[in-house]
Amino acid sequence: MAKAAKKAVKKSAPAKKAKPAKILETHESAAAVGGVEAYRKTDTRGTPLVELDDISIAFGGIKAVDHASIDLYPGEVVGLLGHNGAGKSTLIKILSGAYKRDAGRIFVDGKEVTIDNPRDAKAHGIETIYQTLALADNVDAAANLYLGRELKTRFGSLDDTAMEAEARKVMHRLNPNFRRFKEPVSKLSGGQRQSVAIARAILFNARILIMDEPTAALGPQETAQVGELIKQLKADGIGIFLISHDLHDVFDLADRLTVMKNGKVVGSARTKDVTQDEVLGMIIAGKCPKGAIPGPGAMRDAA
Amino acid sequence: MTLEAYVSNTSPSSQDPSVEPDGVVARFFKATELDTRLLGMVVALLVIWCGFDIYSRLYSAIGFDSDGLIFGGSFITPRNLWNLLNQTASISIMSTGMMLLIVMRQLDLSIGSMLSTIAVSVGVLQVFHLGPDLGLGHPLIWIIAVIAALLLGTFMGWFNGMLTAYARIPAFIVTLGGLIAYGGLAWSVIKGETVAPMDETYELIGGNVPQYSLGTFWSWVVALVAIAGIACAIYNSRHQRKRFNFPLRPMWAEWFLGLVASGAMALITWVVTSYPWPPRVIEIWAKEHNVTIPPGVENGDGNALCMASDQVVHCTTGLIYYTGYSIPFLIAMSVGLIMTYVASRTSFGRHVYATGGNPEAAELSGINTKWLTVKVFMVMGFLVGVSSVVTSARLNAATNSLGQLNELYVIAAVVIGGTSLSGGIGTIYGAMLGALLMQSLQSGMTLLNFESAYRDMVVGAVLVAAVFVDQVYRRRLK
Repeated sequence: MAKAAKKAVKKSAPAKKAKPAKILETHESAAAVGGVEAYRKTDTRGTPLVELDDISIAFGGIKAVDHASIDLYPGEVVGLLGHNGAGKSTLIKILSGAYKRDAGRIFVDGKEVTIDNPRDAKAHGIETIYQTLALADNVDAAANLYLGRELKTRFGSLDDTAMEAEARKVMHRLNPNFRRFKEPVSKLSGGQRQSVAIARAILFNARILIMDEPTAALGPQETAQVGELIKQLKADGIGIFLISHDLHDVFDLADRLTVMKNGKVVGSARTKDVTQDEVLGMIIAGKCPKGAIPGPGAMRDAA
Repeated sequence: MTLEAYVSNTSPSSQDPSVEPDGVVARFFKATELDTRLLGMVVALLVIWCGFDIYSRLYSAIGFDSDGLIFGGSFITPRNLWNLLNQTASISIMSTGMMLLIVMRQLDLSIGSMLSTIAVSVGVLQVFHLGPDLGLGHPLIWIIAVIAALLLGTFMGWFNGMLTAYARIPAFIVTLGGLIAYGGLAWSVIKGETVAPMDETYELIGGNVPQYSLGTFWSWVVALVAIAGIACAIYNSRHQRKRFNFPLRPMWAEWFLGLVASGAMALITWVVTSYPWPPRVIEIWAKEHNVTIPPGVENGDGNALCMASDQVVHCTTGLIYYTGYSIPFLIAMSVGLIMTYVASRTSFGRHVYATGGNPEAAELSGINTKWLTVKVFMVMGFLVGVSSVVTSARLNAATNSLGQLNELYVIAAVVIGGTSLSGGIGTIYGAMLGALLMQSLQSGMTLLNFESAYRDMVVGAVLVAAVFVDQVYRRRLK
């Protein structure tokens, strides 16, 4: 049975124009090899905080995410790795509500939820720091932090002073030298802008935090600061998806990692079970090492 | 003229206060948090006004010789300024809505045609339906007419917005289609005829009847209320900042701002309350109220001299009433105040600015940008409804040529007022001042008997020059 499944995978994987029926077959067989079931068996920590099950999305015929499944437990950092265009950002944008998935289910605390837009995601305590930062450049830091969730006075007007006061508090925690509260964020430096984006994500007591390349624009000192912050948040029981190109960062901060390639999950592993070289092999060649649980995107001969 | 004013104003502020040691000028702007662009516009406006005044004096019959003064032309007179404020009302009302649209990276080219459609529809409604049905002069007529205009405008805005936001047709195309289609609609409603006259009460909204302006007493009441409002706003903002221990503006800066704003308010009030009713109006009013008409009123022009028994007096002496704030001006000011509040103090306004700055970020922040777009178009439509009432009441008639080219004047006003066409930046007061500036140019040149062809050339050139200066200013600020 398993051998037959492997054959099916081998046949369909190189074919660029895979027919829908084949894909389904591939996925089912992959699940039998490892995938979600195996994942569930290895983890005995109860209900995951969030679980993305069998997610697919296509843009004009290109399968950006192809039957991907990942999960996240409270107080855990899961690194998401892969080449540019591997589908990690897309997968994460499905969780944050920026994209609407074509297929698959999302569970929060074991309950299936509908996330059709960013408002839905925020309602479930999912906050995101986007790679592009997604800041409104023409307004100031406080306005950005509270965008869409403004504080109001009792007359229903914006309470700018209260928002600025809160912004000062949270920004102080991230970047004690930050003083430019009156200026539009377009005037801030790359690092300061990144702090604003991070501050916005942690301001509303997120339970699930998605960080897409959070340190891309930061210098060494600020990167270390973000590392400290991640450890702090982890201790608070917040689950974090960390997307990064930097293997050192991921090995330093993440408890587990998942590698994606061509929209499929190559495999998942605890960071202590694999070496950096093995992970590089997963990213570049899709080779799944012994310490990892292979996903639907893993190269067969490695298993 | 405008160009110089802009340039001369940009030079002090162009030095970055954080880099160079603060000079007196830089410190002044920092402490008062004054918008240098606003100042530039006010200076440009004053330069235009003075220029026209001097020019009109130069080419008037009086010339410079009689008393050696260069001012005293026909532009800076209470009468002309009162008219100017009246004429600007319609465009400036619409410019506030257009400002929000452009800030949000949208555009509405159909507002001129919308205005004529609404005007003729409401004209037909009150002249051919409400008038005969309810009886001429029925107090409900104007109320129904105004509500109908506002509803129709809001609906047309909603339609434009839905096509733009949900059908994803670019606003430029949607409203270009609207410009053509609504123009045809307006024509088809009255087949090119003119509907007149409007209901008598409705006509008052146009402000063409001086005796129904506020008058001296109530104008000053309005001014005092406004000054009290300014004081409250300054106190409240200071109090708020104190509550959170934020840095405060220096006391002298607070006083300076308060006094300048109050002074401006008092000055405007003084000007509009210095415009006497025209003699003809006084004559009619006096006859209606059985008041003795002084000699000369019948043929004098208010400033002319007459013989009263054996004394030389102004013709209207003994029977003089001042107009004060006109209704269109009050409507425009209220719209300006409300829209300023909406733009800067509500989450709706905040979302509009944020969406203009980065639409993707706004969407990711959980703002429903599609519905927001529809709402902004609806605000625009509502304001077109207001303007159409003001315009048709002012003309006391409705034709399908009403509102022609208004979309371009409104967009020009908004752009001259410092709104960035790439979105995210703009102010209500800037847009309204831009409208005043455009109208000043136009009525000034009309006053000086410029041919309309030259008028258009100047206005077009000023628009382009203003945007050029603005670009230079922004680049230097960076």
